[in-house]
Amino acid sequence: MNSEILGVILTFIVTLVIAFPLGKYISKVFQGERVITDFLNPVERFIYRICGIDPHKEMNWKQHMAALLSINFVWLIYAFVVLLFQSHLPLNPDGNPDMTPDLAFNTAISFLVNCNLQHYSGESGVTYFSQLFVITFLQFVSAATGVAAVAVLFRAFAEKTTEKLGNFFVFFTKTITRILLPLSIIMAIILAFNGTPASFDGKDSIVTVQGDSVQVSRGPAAGMIAIKHLGTNGGGWYGANSAHPLENPNYFTNMVEIIAQVILPMALIFAFGFFIRRRKLGYIIFGVMTVGMLTLMIPTLISEMSGNPVLGHMGLKDISAMEGKEVRLGVAASAYWQVMTTIISTGSINSMHDSSMPISGAMQMLGMMTNCFYGGKGVGLLNYFIFLIIAVFISGLMVGRTPEFMGRKVEAREMKIAAIIALFHPFLILVGTALSAYFAAHHPQMAWSVQPSAWFNNPSNHGFSEMLYEYTSSSANNGSGFEGLADNNIFWNITTGVVMILGRFIPIIGPVAIAGILAKKKYIPESAGTLQTDTATFGIMTYAVIMIIAALAFFPALTLGPIAEYFQSY
Amino acid sequence: MKKYIWPSIKLTLFMVLVLAVLYPSLIAAVSKTAPGQGKGRTVTVNNKVVGYENVGQNFTEDKYFNGRPSAVNYNAAGSGGSNKGLSNPDYQKTVLERIDTFLVHNPGIKKEDIPAELVTASGSGLDPDLSPAAALIQVKRIAAIRHLSETKLMTLVSDHIKRPLLGVAGPAKVNVLKLNIALDTLK
Repeated sequence: MNSEILGVILTFIVTLVIAFPLGKYISKVFQGERVITDFLNPVERFIYRICGIDPHKEMNWKQHMAALLSINFVWLIYAFVVLLFQSHLPLNPDGNPDMTPDLAFNTAISFLVNCNLQHYSGESGVTYFSQLFVITFLQFVSAATGVAAVAVLFRAFAEKTTEKLGNFFVFFTKTITRILLPLSIIMAIILAFNGTPASFDGKDSIVTVQGDSVQVSRGPAAGMIAIKHLGTNGGGWYGANSAHPLENPNYFTNMVEIIAQVILPMALIFAFGFFIRRRKLGYIIFGVMTVGMLTLMIPTLISEMSGNPVLGHMGLKDISAMEGKEVRLGVAASAYWQVMTTIISTGSINSMHDSSMPISGAMQMLGMMTNCFYGGKGVGLLNYFIFLIIAVFISGLMVGRTPEFMGRKVEAREMKIAAIIALFHPFLILVGTALSAYFAAHHPQMAWSVQPSAWFNNPSNHGFSEMLYEYTSSSANNGSGFEGLADNNIFWNITTGVVMILGRFIPIIGPVAIAGILAKKKYIPESAGTLQTDTATFGIMTYAVIMIIAALAFFPALTLGPIAEYFQSY
Repeated sequence: MKKYIWPSIKLTLFMVLVLAVLYPSLIAAVSKTAPGQGKGRTVTVNNKVVGYENVGQNFTEDKYFNGRPSAVNYNAAGSGGSNKGLSNPDYQKTVLERIDTFLVHNPGIKKEDIPAELVTASGSGLDPDLSPAAALIQVKRIAAIRHLSETKLMTLVSDHIKRPLLGVAGPAKVNVLKLNIALDTLK
């Protein structure tokens, strides 16, 4: 077996080895059991005191959502203002300009909602101040928001009948102090020792061996790159993201970065099982997600590793799909990253997705369309929960039993919410794509700063894929892109901004509401007639529901994009 | 909502202090002990900085090992790939031109032996490496121009090959900048 495939398998094994104990740890942190980081207790008490938070005050699901939306609103205003006036603020050694209002709108939302779609390039579009005070800050707090939201789900099913679901600010604070910050510090130091810049020096000017004068962008990048992965954020310090040799200097750092983005989403699934004392359910969910991951991973690995057919037509023997990829990482590690970064909503990249093979492109989009195989920080499990509720309902109807989940009846109200959430994601993506395709087809010469005809870097079906990918990535809060698209203009900044913010908060509120409503209901003890949700059969059922909803909703759009391109190129 | 706004603002200010000030400062301080002091690892020749170890640079002259095509012309003030899809006719034309150029500069090399990475642009536009095969195929040209023996150059390349991680994970590679600096010192 070649060293590239071995590297990928090794990476996945190490991820599992770290994620499992981490899940145990997270469960203990939220349960308030003794853990290794308890020396932080006084620090957290100090935070609660100065911020006027009563950590013992338990919230119901509505209060949770009110607190979550309030603090997110504060961050949105803060981020928008800083980005608008960044050139007047300190820490701008490269003299980068202010953002335009539409770009600041897009960027503030993008990082607030853990999406990290970037319509600017890190080297020239933001200052060091913005990179730290807006980008890095939001990467921490948006990840912690997702975890705090999923913690409500944990609490809702841990007890029998309850309205008390813990305190949002406590979940949020502990996620940062106990999970994200310690892990980020370790990872940032690993990166710094492998060659990623971490100092505050600006661009360096050098004369190369061959005599060219060039500049090299630097800056305090290591810390940001650590949380960018641990928080499943994905926004890069440099324009080329983790394909950049300073952002991802070697194969070892590549493993560290791809492991870092997967461990917490995985750990949260195990943590769920431990927390509600139903480990088996945790394992079944993990199993379904892993099968889902493989459903996308295997075709991607095959399509990337069998190379670029066009090079073969030109008469080359070596047809490795190296366009947009880096030699030190290789094709297999790039393909592995493409799938992981799209299923778990990180959206960082180590190869250019726009230049990947058509089937890989389709798999990347499917990963974001399903958006629940491991999934983003906290929100992956919330999305999965929606499909799980739908599967409970359908299975209940099939076997003629009252749909029940964890001893609570699933009734009309919960089902309505679940159905709306499940359809909302395709709605946002397809309406957005239809709108942009309309302008591109019927008003290509529209008098905008960038005319619709000039949006595309690639013609025909691939151009359509660029639009479809952009909205899929926005709605899934992923943040990667088919970056050839000319997206820094009012049309794309505003429409994707709106899609991103809707695609974030509605899929958080929906599942949390269902969990809150179910938690309040009378607990019915399990009997012989209860539908078992922690069995392999039910796992297969959930997988089928996910695939049917995603495939049926998106298959026509995928046919126009990557699938058509596949048939033209092979 | 109103009762959550004040705690939210206070918590935000505190977290900004921790996450945007203390955290990056800590990492910057620790990185001072790392190679390159956290400013990126430089490569010097005769006490002059000629580049960064991890950042590729443009080598177009025939007497050097040429790196991969770059969408940003190896200027690390920015970064990025071509973002071209394989079905794009313009892109296919570009690749064909690169193949022809390579054949003109490397007489005696058959078209089918050209490694794909030499006619495709990297993701960052700053790829510092080549695979061993892509370096070795240039040996014939460089040997002729520099009047060196091919075996000597092949030894030079194999001395610069970095093995996969732990010998098992990932591809083998050659750092083009270091290779070319060593090449300049070869007699």
